[in-house]
Amino acid sequence: MSADLVRVRSGVYHDSVSLMGVSRALAALPGVEAAVVAMATELNLGLARDLGFDLPPADPSGLLIAVRAGDAGTLDAAEAELERQFAALANRRTGGEAAVSPPRTTRAALAGVEGAAVALVSVPGEHAFAEALDAVEAGVSVMVFSDNVSIEQEIRLKDRAAAVGALVMGPDCGTAAVGGVGLGFANVLRPGEVGLVAASGTGAQQVATLLDHAGAGVSHILGVGGRDLSAEVRGRSTVRALRALDADPATSLIVLISKPPAPEAADLVLDTVRGLATPVVPALLGPDGHDLTSAAEAVLNALEMPIPDWPSWIARESGEMTAHGPGWAGGALHGLYAGGTLCAEAEALAGEGTFTDFGADAYTRGRPHPMIDGTLRLDALAAVPAGDVVLLDVVLGHGADPDPSASLAPAVAQAVRRGIAVVAVVVGTEGDPQGLTRQIHALAGAGASVFISNAHAVRHAVSLTGSAK
Amino acid sequence: MTLPMLSGDLQVITVGAGLLGEAVDAQAVPRVGVDWRPPLPGTEAAIARVLADPRRAAANETAVDRLLSARPHLVTVRPAHEVLDLAPGAFLHAGPPIGWKRASGPLRGALIGAMLYEGAAGDAREAERMLAAGDVRLSPCHHHRTVGPMAGVVSRSMWMLEVHDAEHGGTAYCSLNEGLGKVLRYGAYGPEVLKRLQWMGDVLGPVLRAALAVSGPLDLRALMAQALQMGDELHNRNRAATSLLLRELAPAIVDAAPERAAEVLRFIHGNDHFFLNAGMAACKVSADAARNVPGSSMVVAMARNGTDFGIQVSGLGDRWFTGPAGVPDGLYLGAYGPADANPDIGDSTITETGGVGGFAMAASPAIVRFVGGDVAEATAATRSMYEITLAEHPAYQIPGLGFRGTPVGIDVTLVARTGLLPVVNTGIAGRVAGTGQVGAGLVNPPVEAFTTALAALAEEAPENTA
Repeated sequence: MSADLVRVRSGVYHDSVSLMGVSRALAALPGVEAAVVAMATELNLGLARDLGFDLPPADPSGLLIAVRAGDAGTLDAAEAELERQFAALANRRTGGEAAVSPPRTTRAALAGVEGAAVALVSVPGEHAFAEALDAVEAGVSVMVFSDNVSIEQEIRLKDRAAAVGALVMGPDCGTAAVGGVGLGFANVLRPGEVGLVAASGTGAQQVATLLDHAGAGVSHILGVGGRDLSAEVRGRSTVRALRALDADPATSLIVLISKPPAPEAADLVLDTVRGLATPVVPALLGPDGHDLTSAAEAVLNALEMPIPDWPSWIARESGEMTAHGPGWAGGALHGLYAGGTLCAEAEALAGEGTFTDFGADAYTRGRPHPMIDGTLRLDALAAVPAGDVVLLDVVLGHGADPDPSASLAPAVAQAVRRGIAVVAVVVGTEGDPQGLTRQIHALAGAGASVFISNAHAVRHAVSLTGSAK
Repeated sequence: MTLPMLSGDLQVITVGAGLLGEAVDAQAVPRVGVDWRPPLPGTEAAIARVLADPRRAAANETAVDRLLSARPHLVTVRPAHEVLDLAPGAFLHAGPPIGWKRASGPLRGALIGAMLYEGAAGDAREAERMLAAGDVRLSPCHHHRTVGPMAGVVSRSMWMLEVHDAEHGGTAYCSLNEGLGKVLRYGAYGPEVLKRLQWMGDVLGPVLRAALAVSGPLDLRALMAQALQMGDELHNRNRAATSLLLRELAPAIVDAAPERAAEVLRFIHGNDHFFLNAGMAACKVSADAARNVPGSSMVVAMARNGTDFGIQVSGLGDRWFTGPAGVPDGLYLGAYGPADANPDIGDSTITETGGVGGFAMAASPAIVRFVGGDVAEATAATRSMYEITLAEHPAYQIPGLGFRGTPVGIDVTLVARTGLLPVVNTGIAGRVAGTGQVGAGLVNPPVEAFTTALAALAEEAPENTA
């Protein structure tokens, strides 16, 4: 035998949504067959009558409560729940300011930004265009760290940027420094007057860290992306970056670091260079041009600063001899690199050996860049045959492994014990979070010969190979 | 050239690898991190292509400027047959095109009711037979500069609010609101429904026309702006707007029709949603001003017919992009529950298209429990809509957000990129024809309406773009 509870309360008001919530809570109780808790409007009274409730007279300012349950006990429970619900409504907080969620697109993030700004895009390449375009359409320069961006998208981004006075750094731009703020893989450099325009991330890092060692500071490093001086892209960002540094009062000397531009881009770039008020040191890399170290030296010459002896820590020939090793190396050369330009430079300078760029796409798909996680390279090092020579790079700075020697030094020590000669170039500054000296000492202590110039490291490594003997 | 980033205190926006963001933080440089997530599955190529369309940025600016600059005025009320291309035996309905076979209960009920109202059939059975036989021409309201709430059925004799855009010259129409409960727009067609429609045609419509002739055009944009500051969001809460409308019209109603004024004013007073239809026509005329801008990815209509949820996009003409209409998640009247609910229905999503309704939830704390709880969530709902819209409305402002304009101008590319779907709050119609309203709540539009529109935009984008 079911039981009904029917009441009309006066002097109580709750909005219909709250009351529908109460009705729902009551109806959800086991044994409750129907529940209408609502202001006593004609509509709601009609609904309750349709459910068979016998209603007293009521006016719309009253609060109608109509509950039907399977038995009196359930009805009591429902009434208790009703009071709990009303108490909750009465005590309900007015609600505070919602925690503001972070923006979901670059466009939304830029909506709240005024003044000098730069966007750093490192989403997977197929999604990078949208985020970078957001920045450009807002008139904001953007560094595209992402690779796998199509050349059509790159050109479109750069053309849009030109129209609004912004710069696209990248795609596949590993490093930049804007007014002392490092972006991507970035060394902590002393502030100064040299501005770099670089189509190569690790190339720019090598030159800038050598300049830092020599006492020359850097104003900005503007990356342009490895394809910028290709026949297709035709130096779109290089030209803009050169002009921007020319107009920058903090920059009194510009360095352009790139492979030799494609013929389609070369004239445009050279014309631009000729039109600048600021002197430009073109550091065009390759067999007929510079290596990174000589580029840094050319800059120092232009600055009329002395060229230091680039320091090195040479492992003693006999000191790390192993019991079972064949003596000091003399075998083949293996270049195990994290930095693409450093690897290419080493391969070109060495003219022999096998070189692997662990930062290349094939090695970074689905895993972190070797500057962040060197596991793959450690495996490769362990597989080098005894008696051979290994050449590797360690790149320091923001974004990179916070302590690369922690994993590398033990692996080097083990390799040296196996009779392998290890030559390392450490690209970094004392200001870098990892500490240049600390990293050098750790690697030298493990038995590696250590350089801060990649070119010098390569020449030393070649001198250790069989071909040099 | 100078680059702004080279001078001044730099701020960095990072999107992607967290490590690179942390590297910026380590340098104690101010940073805004984007909470980036992959776009809707399979859309990245179309997103890139549409974004690369050289027409897009300017086209969207044009489209949203037109939407924002529209100045809707309620000018008069007239019978549908005077203003709409509506032959005898033809009926309009809400949402994208649909035939009887796929029509849901409430739409069927409303069509039956409209046929009875027009005398096109002697009884419900005959009406149903004629409808099923295809003897009746059905056409979406949206194809006739018209919007209709819920079933949105419009027939020749119904009186229509006529809203004129004083800026661009457009005109839009919407029927008169019948009130809540058992009403035609929720698919009810009983005697009391027909009787009310009769009265609306005989009394309400003519009186309102006479009153508007006395008062002159009513500035709906100004009225809606005020109502938002009085706690309406203008889709599910229209109490303030209705009150303002009543205040504006009451003297003119008394002047124009003293002997009928009391019953007309009482009717309007008894219906908190009376303003909804005027607001819908205002949003419709504004959105129509933004139509047909080649290359624009801005949504100019969202509408449901009880079976499909469809959108139209400025750069894609009159094409509809549809997906299945969802069942709203909400609260129910009386003993009704989710099993009684019809899938989402009505043209009233033109309010969200125009930057109010669910997009203005933060303005309406009184009904925030539609979004499942509290004021904070309503605020979050509105805030999230800024992610997918092109602009902030200059007139429609939210006091609780520091008088920030409501988010307006849904961009299909932003929906695809963020996966955030427009927030729609809506009434819930009963599934069975003739039931009426059973509740109210929130509903998610179907993703495919947006992804198929995006694909069409991509196809329309000029060749040789990235």
